[in-house]
Amino acid sequence: MYAVRTWLIGGLFMLALIASPADSRAKTTPETLELDVLVNLYNKVHFNHAKHIMLVKDCADCHHHTAGTLAQNPNCVRCHKNSGATASVACRSCHLAQPFSAAALREKSKTAYHNDIPGLKGAYHQACSGCHQKMGGPTGCQDCHERNKKGDAFYSAGAYAPPQSHGEKKHGGH
Amino acid sequence: MKRRDFLKGCMACGAAATLGVSQKAWGIGSFEGYPEGMGVLVDLTRCVGCRSCEAACNKEQQLPAPDVPFDDKSVFEETRRPTEKAYTVVNRYETKKEGDPVYRKIQCNHCNEPACLTSCFVNAYTKTKEGAVIYNSKVCVGCRNCMIACPFNVPGYSYSSAFNPVVKKCIFCYDTRLKYGKPPACVEVCPQQVLTFGHRNDLLKIGRDRIREKSDRYVDHIYGEKEVGGTSWLYLAGVDFDKVGFDTTMANDPIISNVKDFLGIVPMVLTIWPALFTGFHLLATKNKNHEDGHSAQEDHKP
Repeated sequence: MYAVRTWLIGGLFMLALIASPADSRAKTTPETLELDVLVNLYNKVHFNHAKHIMLVKDCADCHHHTAGTLAQNPNCVRCHKNSGATASVACRSCHLAQPFSAAALREKSKTAYHNDIPGLKGAYHQACSGCHQKMGGPTGCQDCHERNKKGDAFYSAGAYAPPQSHGEKKHGGH
Repeated sequence: MKRRDFLKGCMACGAAATLGVSQKAWGIGSFEGYPEGMGVLVDLTRCVGCRSCEAACNKEQQLPAPDVPFDDKSVFEETRRPTEKAYTVVNRYETKKEGDPVYRKIQCNHCNEPACLTSCFVNAYTKTKEGAVIYNSKVCVGCRNCMIACPFNVPGYSYSSAFNPVVKKCIFCYDTRLKYGKPPACVEVCPQQVLTFGHRNDLLKIGRDRIREKSDRYVDHIYGEKEVGGTSWLYLAGVDFDKVGFDTTMANDPIISNVKDFLGIVPMVLTIWPALFTGFHLLATKNKNHEDGHSAQEDHKP
């Protein structure tokens, strides 16, 4: 809850400071973020936002048109050329944690645009690992989030690995 | 009326009836799925082969423990198919196109007009209004007709069971999720959102939009839109579908249309033919007996 509030305040500050120089705007953005969508299976991701700002520079790389910078995707530019910054730039304000809930599906079928927005988890992975591949960042699952005990049980791995997994290989499929 | 004319008339009428019937009278209009039917759009360009869907399926359907952990990538060394222990499997395909290998998840595609359902003589299969093809294992006699009928080689068989082997396959998580409007377990767990759950009609639109907006990323085809009469699970790919294990020789007609005409005349053969031919036989032998008797009498004359 605290994180959401910080984000909202951050967003409002951003609107207020839109005309001010870029580096003073950066001060209102969070240094680190804790991403917990997969907390059932993996520990939280301590996302170093500041470091990624330094590396990527263009906010639109991750935030599309919401941060006030021009979106890169030509399909978005058609409408969002002069959109300006939105009230909230947090990923979760557009990317739903439950993208396939009955309510989400009902909304989706009504709109002509923005009807294929990935859910929060999908958006994180597509954006993060897509860029990591290009930039040479870590791409293994546990490079970003360590698997917890529940995760081990889910994947039948670690302490929950099947006993014969070290012996001969026989895994279904005939 | 002479007997010969009567017989001629019978033959002509019979032939006309047979021909008329075997035209499209049995060909009920093709069923394009329930309007509110759900589906899943699988975007092969997004899959990274993490096998989380396999793990989720295993837990949701309470399947036996796997032989190797679900994060073990060595399984990609061979091409697998769904079995009684795994209703979904991911295979890896090396393609000539530059870049990473392509991963493809296999499970039941939940056809609009399922061949398994057509082939099942105990009516174990049901296509639900939500789009799932489910089956009643209590009435399954283990004949494996559906395994032969399925154009996608999906149904597995519990070979491990000595006394009550039955067919086992993906049921779209119908009992635990789909029935309540929830997406199947594999869709929910997929980190890359390779799998998009929604109304089949909406998914077709989304698929076409993706192809249009990123035409360099996708092959211009949605697999499952028309194949074998359409399937609830639909696929987008960045390489030709036949390069990643899809059968692209499939006709757009559902499998049932191959047998519909034949099955339609079975009741006629069983009910009308016996009566018709018995009639012919009686007519034909009535006079013959008389003549025979006559000639026999003549023979006895000295």
